[in-house]
Amino acid sequence: MTMMDKTLSRRTFVTTALTAAGGFALGVGFVTPSEAATLSVRPWNDDASGMPGEINAWVVIQPDDTVIIRYGRAEMGQGSFTALPQILAEELECDWAKVKPEYASANRNFKENKVYGTLSTGGSRAVREQGQIVQQAGASARERLIAAAAKRWNVPASECEAAMSKVTHKMSGRTFRFGELAVEASQIKLDKEPALKRPDQYKFIGRRLERLDIPLKINGSAKFGIDLEVPGMVRAAIIKCPVFGGTVKSVDESAIAGRRGGLQVVKLPNAVAVVADRYYRAQQALNALKIEWEVGAAGTTNSVQFRKEYIDALDQPGANARHDGNVDTAMAGAAKVIEATYDVPIIAHAPMEPLNAIAHVQANRVDVWVGTQNADAALTLAAQASGMKPEDVYIHNTFSGGGFGRRLGPDEVAQAVAVSKQVGKPVKLVWTREEEIRQGRYRTQAAIRFKAGFAADGTPVALDMRNSAGSGNPANVQNGVDPQTIQGLINTAYKLPNFRVVSILKNTHVPLGPWRAPGHSQNVFFVESFIDEMALAAGKDPVQMRRELLAHRNDFQQLIDVLVEKSDWGKPMPAGKGRGVAVHESYDSLVGMVAEVAVTNGEVKVERVVIVCDCGTVVNPRGVENQLEGGMIYGLSAALFGEITVKDGRVEQGNFDTYPVVRLKDAPKTEVYISPTPGKRWGGVGEPGATMIQPAVTNAIFSATGKRLRSLPIKGQDLRPNSGV
Amino acid sequence: MANIIVNGTARQIDVEPETPLLWVLREDVGLTGTKFGCGIAECGACTVHVDGVAIRSCSVPVRTVEGKQITTIEGLSPDSSHPVQQAWLAEQVPQCGYCQSGQIMATVAFLKNTPNPTDADIDAGLTNICRCGTYERLRRAVHRAAALMRT
Repeated sequence: MTMMDKTLSRRTFVTTALTAAGGFALGVGFVTPSEAATLSVRPWNDDASGMPGEINAWVVIQPDDTVIIRYGRAEMGQGSFTALPQILAEELECDWAKVKPEYASANRNFKENKVYGTLSTGGSRAVREQGQIVQQAGASARERLIAAAAKRWNVPASECEAAMSKVTHKMSGRTFRFGELAVEASQIKLDKEPALKRPDQYKFIGRRLERLDIPLKINGSAKFGIDLEVPGMVRAAIIKCPVFGGTVKSVDESAIAGRRGGLQVVKLPNAVAVVADRYYRAQQALNALKIEWEVGAAGTTNSVQFRKEYIDALDQPGANARHDGNVDTAMAGAAKVIEATYDVPIIAHAPMEPLNAIAHVQANRVDVWVGTQNADAALTLAAQASGMKPEDVYIHNTFSGGGFGRRLGPDEVAQAVAVSKQVGKPVKLVWTREEEIRQGRYRTQAAIRFKAGFAADGTPVALDMRNSAGSGNPANVQNGVDPQTIQGLINTAYKLPNFRVVSILKNTHVPLGPWRAPGHSQNVFFVESFIDEMALAAGKDPVQMRRELLAHRNDFQQLIDVLVEKSDWGKPMPAGKGRGVAVHESYDSLVGMVAEVAVTNGEVKVERVVIVCDCGTVVNPRGVENQLEGGMIYGLSAALFGEITVKDGRVEQGNFDTYPVVRLKDAPKTEVYISPTPGKRWGGVGEPGATMIQPAVTNAIFSATGKRLRSLPIKGQDLRPNSGV
Repeated sequence: MANIIVNGTARQIDVEPETPLLWVLREDVGLTGTKFGCGIAECGACTVHVDGVAIRSCSVPVRTVEGKQITTIEGLSPDSSHPVQQAWLAEQVPQCGYCQSGQIMATVAFLKNTPNPTDADIDAGLTNICRCGTYERLRRAVHRAAALMRT
């Protein structure tokens, strides 16, 4: 059954097993406020630079021993508001019960030359990029506290040690609390930065700590951006031109004349907002306006045409993103060649909390309260939209109701600032769900053509890929290649002597952006599906084919061993059911998945998913499990249902009735196994789960029905056996 | 003018009678634990109880709930001690947490009618959306809450 750890303090960790026989051990697993670190319902500050007891930008220790740990990322559900302070506390040797994490200030990050590095939260980077930085910050603070105590006692620092928020002089047993030393410690300069602990010395990293934000998220007290109020605030609803790139031509306000709520219509170049005392009044009034848009040529485009264009583009010249050996020669000499074309549509993010922001533009400063994945970008955008200097912009980051990449490009911030500037008041701007679905920064439409060549004995000798996709950031394109669109293609772990990836970039007027595991999210579906096709062509089991192409990777072999065992791979399944496998390395983590599906009367049900992960050092196993489970469900929505279509240049879907997502009834039983191999990796886990589920499910459908799905979503495709491939 | 009873307190609110209960709760009563997710009763983030029955408050005009007992997440317990909240904590269900007020309120009402649910009952009876994908542990938490409530 489940094992749960109960964290009491740094010294006493009690592990409690819950047994099936004994039923649920009631109350186990709770951490009362006196035992755990705490997070404020409003975990941000204005600008805390230079507080007394600030040992460095990451750590402030107050006289009562409270440890403020600054968090340089955004909490949108992934748990790093707990994991990063957990890492820092390991080195600081503080009492976890005294820890109070809060957001790092974007304003300070700007003014103090990126003292927190980047605040952008994406790429599964929180732990693997910022982990080492906060370890060093914690170690440095600890050594300075020790130095301050040693100075007071007039003893060598080497005779002192820190533990549980105290420094002790080992020989005499004298102690000081951290809170008594912090102000002096903040004045101390170390000759050199201390070395970090070795992994075998970790006492706190690796613990199944409970997340600090959860107590606030079971009683409605956690404040998301949408929940905030500031004095004098008005509320705004907005609609941007539904044809991307279009502008406002005219607005007829006659229908809302005399309505209640202090209504004010605000025109932006490409959007119209209505401001009111209540959001519902603003929203209803906005719906009643007659708005004419200038849409241009984009207003005649549609998805059928886009799909054809992306597939046709595969015949156009492209840029070599990678070429090993000589694919053309190898293909010419191959005993057998197979070919297949795949494609995916654009999809939206649909985080639960629609985008929103409160902006207050004043003569000498701009304040923005927003749940954003990228407080640095929000600051820059708010400065641009207001015409103020970046150093006069204050971003108050809040909890985010999901992000998944959508909150990396804070469009709502620029809009809220523009509206506040016009009305001269603090404005809370809230997008409707329809606005969120129709004004996305979508995952790109993409297509790919594979060719694989085999030797006479069935050994794969060449793999060729031509990929067409749109760039979410044309500024990143170099030599015809956007590094993001080919993620998961050029860096596949599979090894073939002749291997080529050709990239053909193609954009339409649809805005594109990172969608959880950008690049990987469509490319892993492509590659892991085609590897199954290669296995079939070579007469091999799909797992065996992967083992052979990964023969050079012991870590993958170990991962596959665990995956095979836990998933019952190879054991017989009843008619109409099947298993599908996918493995991939991304964000420094190896992940494998096996999905079990049942196909009944052409309807698919994903019944079970087994996930195995090797992410190297594990900070908090709960966090790893959560992210893999959740990522898998996010990817499953894309696989089963995800499709945004464009007609007359505008998105046809608008809400969860037309853009369905996975609910409980669609969610498989899920098992996660963490199986790390030794090494220095701190692998990211936020994104990998979202990729492999897509091919694992379609591969399982193939196993169950003999139908190879080369497009997504699965919804609407004919899954009856023998209905043609 | 609407007369409503929220978490046991009677209130008189000066709004148009067609205003959805959700916005009255959030903006007039000041209880923001109930969330806006879709506005069309699809996602369930706005779930509250009216006379003990779970409803999606984004699509319920305030005039239809006058005089009835409305319970929000803030009124479920004063100290997060409701068995469903305790189960949510023990199973560490929330990720972003935005949908979880609604998930908890839906579960409380569901367990009243289905005190000993199977997985199939849970899948059929709980239809709220979670985009973080907490379903696996949510299912476990429903079982745990049911067990807590039986003791």
